[in-house]
Amino acid sequence: MNVRVLLNSRLMAIVAVAGIAAVLPAFFPSAYYYRVAALVFVFALAAIGLNLLMGFAGQVSLGHAGFIGIGAYAVAVGPTHFGLPPWLSFVAGAALSAIVAFLVGRPILRLKGHYLAVATLGFGVLLSIVFTNEAKLTGGPDGMSVPHLVLFGWAARGSETWYWISAVSFMIGAALALNLLDSPAGRALRAIHDSEVAARMLGIDVARMKLTVFVISAVYASIAGSYLALFNGLITPEVSGFLRSIELVAMVVLGGMGSIMGSLVGSAILVVLPQALTFLHDYEHMALGLILMGVLIFLRGGVVPSVAAMFARRRP
Amino acid sequence: MAEFLQFAFSGLTVGAVYALVALGFTLIYNASDVVNFAQGEFVMIGGMTTVFLTLAGVPLPLAALIAVVAAVAVGLSLHRFAIEPARGASAVVLIMITIGASIFLRGAAQVVFDKRFHSLPPLFGNDPIRIGGASILPQSLVVLAGAVVIVVLLWVFIDRTLFGKAVIATAANRLAARLVGIDTRRMGSFSFAVSAAIGAIAGILVTPITLTSYEVGTLLALKGFAAAMLGGMGSAVGAVVGGIMLGLLEAFAAGYLSSQYKDAVAFLVILIVLFVMPHGLFGRAKIERV
Repeated sequence: MNVRVLLNSRLMAIVAVAGIAAVLPAFFPSAYYYRVAALVFVFALAAIGLNLLMGFAGQVSLGHAGFIGIGAYAVAVGPTHFGLPPWLSFVAGAALSAIVAFLVGRPILRLKGHYLAVATLGFGVLLSIVFTNEAKLTGGPDGMSVPHLVLFGWAARGSETWYWISAVSFMIGAALALNLLDSPAGRALRAIHDSEVAARMLGIDVARMKLTVFVISAVYASIAGSYLALFNGLITPEVSGFLRSIELVAMVVLGGMGSIMGSLVGSAILVVLPQALTFLHDYEHMALGLILMGVLIFLRGGVVPSVAAMFARRRP
Repeated sequence: MAEFLQFAFSGLTVGAVYALVALGFTLIYNASDVVNFAQGEFVMIGGMTTVFLTLAGVPLPLAALIAVVAAVAVGLSLHRFAIEPARGASAVVLIMITIGASIFLRGAAQVVFDKRFHSLPPLFGNDPIRIGGASILPQSLVVLAGAVVIVVLLWVFIDRTLFGKAVIATAANRLAARLVGIDTRRMGSFSFAVSAAIGAIAGILVTPITLTSYEVGTLLALKGFAAAMLGGMGSAVGAVVGGIMLGLLEAFAAGYLSSQYKDAVAFLVILIVLFVMPHGLFGRAKIERV
C-alpha cells in the first residue's frame, strides 16, 4: 500500500467517525447519552496526545493527568481569581501546559523505560498534591465550580452542545495528529520508536523530537482537561490524580498504541464500560478488572490494530 | 533530638513496609521482566484475610498463616492466568494487565470483605517503649524485625541454594538460563509466590499500626514502585534502601515541613535523584546492543 492510499484510508477513518458522530444522536434517548458520548470524545482527545508520545515516540507517561489538571484548573481559576474570560483562560491553560512540559520534559525524557515511568508518575502526583492543598486558589479537596464558556455572548452549556463541541474538537485533533504523523517529523518519531540509536545515526535529533511530542501531548491533555471542567461545571483534584493517568494509559493501550482511531475506541471502552456495568453493583470493579485483563491478553496489540490484522488475514 | 528520633522511628516503620513491597517488585521484575502493580494487593490480602479470620474466631497465628497461603495462591494464579498467557506482550501491556488484576482484586475484596477500615491487636501490647525521649510502639519493632528476618532469609535462600542460583541466572539472562536447563517459567511462578508471601506478611505485621482496608494496595504499590526505582530497578539492596529512604523522607517531611506535602517532598527527592543518577541509587546502566 503506498503512502497516498494509506493517507486516504486514514482520512477516511475520520470521515467515518464524523458520519457516525452526526447520526448517533438520533439514537440517544436522553441527555445522559449525550453526556457519556461527549466524555468519550473528550478523553479520546487526551488519549490521542498520549498516544503520540507512547505509540509513536515510544515514551511512557504515568503522569499525564497532571496536564489535564492544569487545563481544568486554568478555566476554573482564571475567571474566578484573575477575572480572565473563560476562552482566554482556556488558551492560557494550554500555553501553561506547554511551558511546563517543555521545562520538565528536558530532564525527564533523558530517563528510559521504568525510570521514565516513575519520574512522570512523580510529576503527576506532585501536581495533584498542589491542586489538593492550595485551597485558597483551587478550593482544595472539595474542588471549585467552573463558569460557563462564553463566546461572543453565547454560553456553551448542556450536554448536547458539549457533545458537538467535543466531537468536532476530536476530529480536528485526530486530523492534526494524522497530519503530523505523515510529515517528516512523524517518520522521525517512528524511527525513534523502533530504535533510538538507529534514529540518532540517521541524524534525527532524538532529544528534541521527544521533547516536541511531549509538549504536543501535554497541550492535547490540557485542552481535554479544560473541556472536561467547562462541561462538568465543577472540578476536583481527582481529575489530575494517579488513577486518571493510569486510565489514560489504559485507553491508549486498549485501543492500540500507534493507532489514532484506537484512542477513540479505548476511550469509548473505558468511559462507557463503568456506566454499563453499574447494574452489577458491588461486582462492578471485578468485572472491569477482568475485562481489562482479558482484552489485553487476547488482543495484546490493542483492539483496533488486532481487529484490523484479523481482517487483513481474511482477505485473499 | 527526641523529635528527630520520633520521626526516624515512624519513618523506619513505614519504610520497612515500603522496602518489603519494593523487594516484591524487584523479585518479580528480575524473574519475569514484569512490573507488577498488583503488588500492593498482596499486602491488602494479607491484612484483610487475617482480620476477617480472627473476627471469625480463628486464632491469630493460624489466621496469619492462612492469609499468607491465600496471598500465595492469588500470586500463583495471577502468574498462571494473566501473565503467562500474555508472554511476549510489550512492557506497558504487561503493566496494564497487572493494573487490571489489581482492580479485580480490589473489587473482590470489596465483595468478600467489606469497605471499612480494620485493625489487628498488636503482638506485644500497646504500651510505647521510651528511647531517648521518643517513644516507639512494640509493634513497630515487630515490623522492623520481621523485615530484617525476611530480607536475611531471602538473601540466604537466593545466595546459598541451587534454586536461588537458578533465580539469579534467570534474572541475568533468560535464554541462557533456559539453555542450561533451568525451567524459567517455574522461576516466574516462584517469584510471584514469594513476592505475594512477603507482601502478605508485611500487611499482617503493619495492620495493627496503620490499619487496613480493601483499598490500601493502590498507594502501597505506588510507593513500593517508587522505592524500587529510587534504589535502582532489579537491585534487591536498592529496593530495601529505597524503601527505607522513602519512609524516612516522608516522616521527616511530614514532621519538619508539612504533612500535606510529605508525598510531594518524597517524589521531589526521587525526581532529583533520578536526574542525577538516571538508573537509581544501585541500578546499573543497561548496555544497549545495536
